[in-house]
Amino acid sequence: MTMRVNMNTHSNSSLIKTHIQDLIVDWSSDVSTFKVRWSKAMMWIFLISDTFIFGTFLISYMAVRLTVIDPWPDTSQVFALHVGGTDVPLLLIAIMTFVLISSSGTMALAVNASQKKLRLRSGVLILLTAFGGLMFIGMQAFEWTKLIVDEGVRPWANAFGAQQFGSFFFMITGFHGLHVTIGVIYLSVIAKRVLQGRYDRLNDYQIVEVSGLYWHFVDLVWVFIFAFFYLW
Amino acid sequence: MEYASSDESVYEGQKLSHPKSWVTKYIFSQDHKTVAIQYSSIALLTGVAGVILSIIMRLQLGYPGVFDISADTYYQSITMHGMIMVIYLLTAIFLGGFGNYLIPLMIGARDMAFPFVNMMSVHFYAISVLLLFGSYLVPGGPTGAGWTLYPPQVLLPGTPGYDWGIIMMILSVAVFIIAFTMGGLNYVTTVLQSRTRGMTLMRMPLVIWCIFLATVIGLLAFPALLVAGVMLLLDRVVGSSFFMPDIFQFGQHVTNVFGTEYEGGSPLLFQHLFWFFGHPEVYIVALPMFGIISELISCHARKNIFGYRMMVWALIAITAVSFIVWAHHMFVAGMNPVLGFFFATTTLIIAIPTSIKVYNWVLTLWKGDIHMNVPMLYAIGFIFTFLIGGLGGLFLGNVSVDVELSDTYFVVGHFHVVMGISPILALCGGIHHWFPLITGRVMNDTLGKVHFWATFAGAYLIYLPMHYLGLGGVLRRYYDFRGLSYVSESLTDMNVFITLASIVVGIVQFIFLFNLIWSYFKGRQVNSNPWRATTLEWQTPSMPPSHGNWPTKLPIVHRWPYDYSVPGALQDYIPQNTPDNIDDYES
Repeated sequence: MTMRVNMNTHSNSSLIKTHIQDLIVDWSSDVSTFKVRWSKAMMWIFLISDTFIFGTFLISYMAVRLTVIDPWPDTSQVFALHVGGTDVPLLLIAIMTFVLISSSGTMALAVNASQKKLRLRSGVLILLTAFGGLMFIGMQAFEWTKLIVDEGVRPWANAFGAQQFGSFFFMITGFHGLHVTIGVIYLSVIAKRVLQGRYDRLNDYQIVEVSGLYWHFVDLVWVFIFAFFYLW
Repeated sequence: MEYASSDESVYEGQKLSHPKSWVTKYIFSQDHKTVAIQYSSIALLTGVAGVILSIIMRLQLGYPGVFDISADTYYQSITMHGMIMVIYLLTAIFLGGFGNYLIPLMIGARDMAFPFVNMMSVHFYAISVLLLFGSYLVPGGPTGAGWTLYPPQVLLPGTPGYDWGIIMMILSVAVFIIAFTMGGLNYVTTVLQSRTRGMTLMRMPLVIWCIFLATVIGLLAFPALLVAGVMLLLDRVVGSSFFMPDIFQFGQHVTNVFGTEYEGGSPLLFQHLFWFFGHPEVYIVALPMFGIISELISCHARKNIFGYRMMVWALIAITAVSFIVWAHHMFVAGMNPVLGFFFATTTLIIAIPTSIKVYNWVLTLWKGDIHMNVPMLYAIGFIFTFLIGGLGGLFLGNVSVDVELSDTYFVVGHFHVVMGISPILALCGGIHHWFPLITGRVMNDTLGKVHFWATFAGAYLIYLPMHYLGLGGVLRRYYDFRGLSYVSESLTDMNVFITLASIVVGIVQFIFLFNLIWSYFKGRQVNSNPWRATTLEWQTPSMPPSHGNWPTKLPIVHRWPYDYSVPGALQDYIPQNTPDNIDDYES
């Protein structure tokens, strides 16, 4: 490994220069570029790739929204829930978002517990996270059913405006819902293994953190979908 | 030679279980070398199909009416040929084949970071190839929309395979992307995180840099293709109108699968998405061939690569810029001309790092001890071919010239020189170079030279006339030029000539395959390091390397990979794992 001793720190610009050089030396050092475990590095790289998938979905949606001829539907009206005699706009979505973000919180607590090697606490918190995800999927199923059965929204037509609204809605939320579903299955498997003491025996709880990365990513993507599709 | 002992190994206790049964050894193998050979074999077989398809097309173009295939068959052949060559042959063999074989060996690792995922990758790739050829079995046959699959034409009745073929094609591509992602995550993680002691990034062989960066490009570019494919599939299957505008055919409003009218979609969006993948895809193929050529030239000219750091930074620059040039494929698509100006500029800028690389190869050769063996021939042939292809690119990169040349045979000639012949030369050179490592035998020199000269010379006989046809205004994707007054008789004769040349070159490719198989059984046996190369893959205890590459101790790297002809050294090469030791030099 390369050792660097910086003697020339006379001026600010050379200081910055040596800092950049040090950064390059650190990153290009032997064995590992990032001082994390393989699984974590691989999950990060996968998530960057996945970001491009969701990014492309959202950019395509924005591009089409700029070019459609029919007016874009008013989302606060489409996604309103009829409660107590009045339409409450975006009520269901607000609850869904709240549940999903909360599940990110429980996941963070689970990772924290796993780092302290608290088997039971970590396992229960992961299960709680998976349950949050399950609730989210349930509410999404309700939302889809309501739109398809009650309001007759189809990928090729809807009563509110441009038909691309329906197709993009089903595609983007469907793709996100698929990610959540996979996440729920993934987390359930991890929770089972945590509770069975598998990672205690290995003395290695890394996988909890890795699955947590995935879960936080799915939640973060939802924030963008919420902002760009529902609120815009 | 110095090796790190296994217990002070810096690896996360990668335990390799050595398989015993035939099935786990050759089919469900987690050994990166077996996976690489599986990838390469499937890719080469698929490539044979691609070559045969191209000959079918050439026969039709050269002798219309004699070898009379239908227009549908012609367009299906175009589509399958393009897809096979770009994705299922070149992407798969350069990253899945060379990447898998070389990465762990050249960075001094026992295997890929996640061998199981790696194994899954090749199996998914096999499934994607089956789906691709399965499209010949569905009603209507494979899609005939061209490999770019542009809507709306891809979904219009009249285009062959508009109903079932396109579904198979999209499914196949989607499965390929899954396969690539599983492999690609492995390559990137392995290169970043599991290099051996002393193997800093700036001591990595250039071919590893190239495969690494090509994989990064792939991981960021394939998502766009996946998304475009999903949207196109939904347009076809559930009747959405992402890409389908209001469109009339024979006075009828074109309807989706449910009988309702398509309306309001944006075909231009598909082109943007497709080329956001499609142009980086060019570099997914190009970077590995740059890397292979760098290794071949340095090793067989017995000279260190000229400007290693510059080469690395040029690669990184190409990687970055490759993502902002895509719309130069769309100058005539109806895009805003101001955007055309932007993309023409970035396109010409990317020529700078690329030409840095070409200059550096030439300067590496300069005053080198050039061994004119088969790999070197391929490497030099590559430099010529790539240079000529690149010069054609200067024409097409400029909007005003491109508008004239768009959709003519000039384009076909250009990208076949850059994306067809150049990769084939790099591929064959690379296989010749690393064949002894894989099999312990050297490929036959005479057959290699016959194949090289026939391919190299033949390629120009095919593609230079195509440039000329393009300048004469002959459009591509026409399956029959008879009765077109602007295609003069001399241009028709030229088509016959191209067809004859392509048949010869097509047949010559089988010489290479024959050489590959013959040498595997009968080639001259070599013990170790026949090319006297410095890189780690030749320094394994056994050749071919056993499962785990370094069974007991991992190598420790002490130097960069290009210590050839070091002044004062006893040998004309110093392997990377040789410590700086006074004994290696003459006193």
